[in-house]
Amino acid sequence: MTDGFDREDGSLPLDTVRLAIELEIPSDIRYIERVVELVTGQCEQLCYTARHCALNVPVALTEALANAILRGNGENRLKFVRVSARLDFTRLVMEVADEGDGFDMDDCTVDPTTGDNVLREDGRGLFLMRRLMDSVERFNDHGNVVRLTLLRG
Amino acid sequence: MSFSIKKQGEIVVVDVEGQLIVGNRQELKQKVLDELEKGEKRFLIDFSQTGYIDSSGLGVLVSLSKKIREQGGELRLANLNDDLKTLFELTKLDTLFQIADTRERALESF
Repeated sequence: MTDGFDREDGSLPLDTVRLAIELEIPSDIRYIERVVELVTGQCEQLCYTARHCALNVPVALTEALANAILRGNGENRLKFVRVSARLDFTRLVMEVADEGDGFDMDDCTVDPTTGDNVLREDGRGLFLMRRLMDSVERFNDHGNVVRLTLLRG
Repeated sequence: MSFSIKKQGEIVVVDVEGQLIVGNRQELKQKVLDELEKGEKRFLIDFSQTGYIDSSGLGVLVSLSKKIREQGGELRLANLNDDLKTLFELTKLDTLFQIADTRERALESF
């Protein structure tokens, strides 16, 4: 018999667990790797796939953090980047907010995989976020915010 | 995250340990450019100990590839795991680089 929460083997049912992280970091790219470790660690706790934990989440989150630190806040260490990650058995939602003026994602439509664009040294960040996440949205809420959503599948 | 460089015959072999991302890409770039300036022509970057690579890391590889070629040299990559292979395929960079499954095969390909 179970009470709807505990499993017969005593393990916690993952589908009832929700995890959340919120933090603020200075605009310094050296913080990126640590933040990524924290979030991917939470994904591992909820048994997200190895690919999600080793590719989709770290690369997309690194891109969003780098954009916020370098472009949004111009690496000004007096400005902060707010990061939140909420996840459960169905999805991971990450939000990265900076203190910059924001940018229009629709202006960044260069496809780095076509023609001579493959030879470019830049221009792959937003492309990778879009390819590795199920949705990438930008909105303003007391700053410039990018929301990345990954369905656990 | 760190990079180690050693010579194997006439080939400069670079091991990328950990991530290749915005925070350390310049270090890799400078190390390889220093070797290029010394007159080295053949480079192999081995990713067997690499976690993930972001767009900045990919950009540095593209940049190094161009600079090495401009000097008449060659760059090969080796030991991409399945996730890294996917990253190169998504960005079509698998069409730009010569990528070997193993370090040995990469060394033989020069």
